[in-house]
Amino acid sequence: MDQKRSTLNLFENIDLATELRLGLPGTDDQPEIKTSLSGNKRSSSEIGSSASCKDEDESSFSPPAKEQVVGWPPVRSYRKNILQVKKTEPETGSGMYVKVSMDGAPYLRKLDLKMYKSYEELMKGLQEMFKCIIGLYSEREGYNGSQHALTYEDKDGDWMLVGDVPWEMFISSCKRLRIMKSCEARGLGDFL
Amino acid sequence: MGFPEEVLEHVFSFITSHTDRNVVSLVCKSWYEIERWCRRRIFVGNCYAVSPAMMIRRFPEVRSVELKGKPHFADFNLVPDGWGGYFYPWICEMARAYPWLEEIKLKRMVVTDDNLELISKSFKNFKVLVLSSCEGFSTHGLAAIAANCRNLRELDLRESEVEDLSGHWLSHFPDSCTSLQSLNMSCLSSEVSFSALQRLIARSPNLKTLRLNRAVPLEKLSTLLRRAPQLVELGTGAYSAEIRPDVYANLTEAFSRCKEVKGLSGFWDVLPSYLPAIYSVCSRLTSLNLSYATIQSPDVTKIITQCPNLQSLSVLDYIEDTGLNALSLSCKDLRELRVFPSDPFVANANVSLTEQGLVAVSEGCSKLQSVLYFCRQMSNSALTTIAKNRPNLTCFRLCILEPRAPDYLTFEPLDVGFGAIVEHCKQLQRLSLSGLLTDRVFEYIGKWAKKLEMLSIAFAGDSDLGLHHVLSGCDSLRKLEIRDCPFGDKALLANVSKLETMRSLWMSSCSVSLGACKRLSQKMPRLNVEVIDEQGDLDSRPDNCHVEKLYIYRTVAGPRFDMPSFIRTMDQNPTYRS
Repeated sequence: MDQKRSTLNLFENIDLATELRLGLPGTDDQPEIKTSLSGNKRSSSEIGSSASCKDEDESSFSPPAKEQVVGWPPVRSYRKNILQVKKTEPETGSGMYVKVSMDGAPYLRKLDLKMYKSYEELMKGLQEMFKCIIGLYSEREGYNGSQHALTYEDKDGDWMLVGDVPWEMFISSCKRLRIMKSCEARGLGDFL
Repeated sequence: MGFPEEVLEHVFSFITSHTDRNVVSLVCKSWYEIERWCRRRIFVGNCYAVSPAMMIRRFPEVRSVELKGKPHFADFNLVPDGWGGYFYPWICEMARAYPWLEEIKLKRMVVTDDNLELISKSFKNFKVLVLSSCEGFSTHGLAAIAANCRNLRELDLRESEVEDLSGHWLSHFPDSCTSLQSLNMSCLSSEVSFSALQRLIARSPNLKTLRLNRAVPLEKLSTLLRRAPQLVELGTGAYSAEIRPDVYANLTEAFSRCKEVKGLSGFWDVLPSYLPAIYSVCSRLTSLNLSYATIQSPDVTKIITQCPNLQSLSVLDYIEDTGLNALSLSCKDLRELRVFPSDPFVANANVSLTEQGLVAVSEGCSKLQSVLYFCRQMSNSALTTIAKNRPNLTCFRLCILEPRAPDYLTFEPLDVGFGAIVEHCKQLQRLSLSGLLTDRVFEYIGKWAKKLEMLSIAFAGDSDLGLHHVLSGCDSLRKLEIRDCPFGDKALLANVSKLETMRSLWMSSCSVSLGACKRLSQKMPRLNVEVIDEQGDLDSRPDNCHVEKLYIYRTVAGPRFDMPSFIRTMDQNPTYRS
């Protein structure tokens, strides 16, 4: 008790009485927060209204357009660099549609590569779309005993076997897809 | 106390912890004397807290020196270039005074090639060099170390910024050097001569830790592993290559021979098809660092579910909640979890990782002590659940990517959640806060966090009361770092003596006035109150203007003089000195 009293006294000696409050933050007599701080700072009145009006449109809590604050989030620069190198998605990204053809099928399809995060997901999507089983080539199992194999045309115009490169590298270089009969595709895999 | 010196010395030789030795030295004058002559290991947590001359004068027979320089926030570019932390004055004095020095461990210090050369030529029995998050040197300095340190046991460059001129430095290890036990070159980018590396490894029978850099190709990893089957810690290079059955087979076989491997790291540029090569070592792994591996959740999960003995995991948020759930079921011995963000600057979640993943791990992993977690949403109820599940937490660092993000369910501040953490986790030593927080959370921290030694605060609080709660309540506080909080003069000036019980206080983008800094400095002569202001001339600023950045630390060495012009130590009025 004594400690608390002397604490308040200390504050008074320094010229600004600060009340110990039990109320919720953001209510009326909250001391004004100086605006000399970083641009991201929201005023206390914003916080107050957010706390008391839960039914309000959620967009009132969505942050302003993302400006990068120095040193935030606290990630070391060598980690940032590695991840930025990996980032291959186009800036205007609203889908990465590529044509997909299947040997023997009369029509081509179009597929948004951004819908998938891995080769497995892509295979599942394609298999559903074309109602077939596609094998991803692996050194141990060949084409998994399936009738079809997946290939793609890359930026240089070469036809490549899907699955060799990391996923991000694949989607950034893939121009179109072709589902081949695995007997024909075996030629592609044989020299590996 | 009637014991002869030799007996006491022998007894003291069993006392190794720095704090214990410090206590021993306070018992009486003769114990102080005996202790200082037989102290072999020194740890200086702030290189400006004491001068090299003072250290040498008191401890003449030291074999191992560990120093830390820049404040922790330097890791996030908040400390301007040229701030300080130079190793130069230390190595100059130690080269003269400690000819038998064996170990130097530095963290966040500026080390030059000349310093490294001086190390390599001054200490005949030099064994261990650890440069953690250091900068200022190039591969030329490393060449000097390699060439001249005949008994080198450990060279660890973890996370240092090295001017990488060429990989040739490694070739400077003489053929006669067979003492290497630990080599960590993972932060380097240049390719070293593979044959030199191979030969070095082959002639180092005691090599236990090998962390390669990204440039070491995967196709060649098996060659290295075959020469070092005794390895305990391995960091791979880039983990992808053309898919070739022979490479895969060699790699699998080489890993299967590594019966002692307990820790794995590296894994840059991972090609998932090559991951099964490591499966044979998974069951013995206690430590796994996949934080550079941009592999998706299914691939991560496949690995960790095979590691029942895992104690420490570092991973990207690609692991997602599903992967963390699998972790909680498979790795019952987990002590430490670190989840890093794959895309921290994107507003919307690019992965399905939420607070649920952390809750699951807190439920399933009863030994979990240390958490570093980056995520995009958090709730008070999740934090409370985590706190109640894991009262044994000693380190809890949560980073919600958006500053001031509220509880995503209730839109309230996260005061109650973090309050639960400090209330239940009574052994908590380190805490990093994030999200929307008012002064209330600091009230809880001041009340409950009695063992807390390090606290990091960003974009939090409403007033000086918040800071006051922390300074007056946290009995064990040693390091406090604050950015972008509305904390000002009152709390600091009301707690001046507290600051002398701490190692350091960092405040940037807060509301502390220049005048308060001066007053603080005058009241506390054994503190250095350093004001950093890159914008302009501090001399012409009025006392009521806010300082950009402030670094306060206790010292017996007085003000330092190696600062750039934009850093000033506040004057200490001589009449206040005792």
